[in-house]
Amino acid sequence: MFDHISIQLLAGQLLIGLINGSFYAMLSLGLAIIFGLIHVVNFAHGAQYMLGAFVALLLLNVLGIPYWGALFIAPVIVGAFGLLMERTILRPLRGLDPLYSLLATFASVLIIEGLMRLEFGSSGLPYRSPMPGGINLGFMFLPWYRGWVVVFSLAVCLGTWLLIEKTKLGAYLRAANERPEIVESFGINVPRMMSLTYAFGVGLAGLGGVLAAPIYQVSPSMGSNLMIVIFAVVVIGGMGSILGAILTGYLIGIVEGLTKVFYPEGSNLAIFVIMILALILRPNGLFSAPEKSR
Amino acid sequence: MTSDALLSVENLHAWYGESKALHGMNFTVRPGELVTLIGRNGAGKSTTLRSIMGIVGKRTGSIRFDGQELIGKRTYQIARAGIAYCPEERAIFSSLNVSENLTLPPVLKPGGIADSDLLAQFPNLQRRLKSPGTKLSGGEQQMLAIARILRTGARFLLLDEPSEGLAPVVVKEIGEQILRLKAQGFTILLVEQNLQFARRVADRHVVVENGVVVDTLDAETLRTDMDRVKHYLGV
Repeated sequence: MFDHISIQLLAGQLLIGLINGSFYAMLSLGLAIIFGLIHVVNFAHGAQYMLGAFVALLLLNVLGIPYWGALFIAPVIVGAFGLLMERTILRPLRGLDPLYSLLATFASVLIIEGLMRLEFGSSGLPYRSPMPGGINLGFMFLPWYRGWVVVFSLAVCLGTWLLIEKTKLGAYLRAANERPEIVESFGINVPRMMSLTYAFGVGLAGLGGVLAAPIYQVSPSMGSNLMIVIFAVVVIGGMGSILGAILTGYLIGIVEGLTKVFYPEGSNLAIFVIMILALILRPNGLFSAPEKSR
Repeated sequence: MTSDALLSVENLHAWYGESKALHGMNFTVRPGELVTLIGRNGAGKSTTLRSIMGIVGKRTGSIRFDGQELIGKRTYQIARAGIAYCPEERAIFSSLNVSENLTLPPVLKPGGIADSDLLAQFPNLQRRLKSPGTKLSGGEQQMLAIARILRTGARFLLLDEPSEGLAPVVVKEIGEQILRLKAQGFTILLVEQNLQFARRVADRHVVVENGVVVDTLDAETLRTDMDRVKHYLGV
């Protein structure tokens, strides 16, 4: 049945799966941090990812700042935008049902995407690869830039996980997730920490956007197309599970790539079949943390 | 208000949402004193501590601590003023181990107890540093909850029912720890339903009923006039 499948095809799709998985992991990581630590379902994550790509494009076209500069500057700008969103839109809704913040972020997606479409149109804009060329591995050709994306996103995911699991700051965040009022009673400015956490998650989305710019066309809808998959990744991994988001992101990317080899017609469905199975068999997600005791 | 009071609560009202829990509390705590708030379940004792700490939804009146007005301040600002709070349910964080729980509160002021001294003072914790915080016994969790707030440098402690649900031998141990803290110069406001425990450790007892202070008893009265106490507590 599968005798027509070559090693080149398999390896190529695995690589594409790994690259897609890198974006899934980075975006779902930011989403999981925001949901897990401040309980906001950030529907604007895709739009913030798109803003990262546009900021990188504008930095290059307007200010002449190349990709490597944009890699640091764009996430900071998008993170600052996230901070503004948190202070003006989300903070007044804190303490209410999470549905309110979900709707508020959804409304902001429509506004941001609409404004970007007005300014830049709907068609995609190209962003030149900062690392042209590649290497022939014998069984496949690996573009340098795609290899960089995989390595860099792995490093970012690992670094973020270490930050949250192994540092004092991470301990504050995890504790504030359980009992924010108790952490505040220790003298920690929890509201500010929450704002900065949101900004950090949004900055990660912006970073994902910068990484994506040379691979995909930079367009106002580039985030919306990804968001459904990203939410599925977060649900499969376990809402709020940092490690779950990272591992599931890569896993889903690879499964999607392999499905394209073995059953191309089902490649877009595979992730949602997995999500349904996960919801039936492990409704809290594959990597969900145990119920917090109070 | 007593001029030498470290904490002075005047006409304190507090609400949880629409529900009013305190109806004009008045009492003071002097430096170095150990004062208990006693009263029936639901009288407003824990709410008083939460109000001092700024954790309830809305509060009015006046809470003066060391010359500063606390009404209007955020919880973290109150902590930085020098007050530490140990809640009734201990609030040990399940995602952190014992060591992380112990060292989570930052040092806010000079005078906090060093980690090595804390472990010497609470030796049970030393053996369980890598265990998840919520895997400790109830008594050990209580020790951990008290120990961790001592590192901040706060000299005024709010302890909410530290003896609740613990075996008598553990309650005795907690009592000894609290007396040791008093001897070290900490000022303590303690919510307690266990009268034996309260009688053993406190200098004064503030009786709370329906969100107001109805009486203040000195330690001697609590020892000698149990009928009066039983009347208030319905025991």
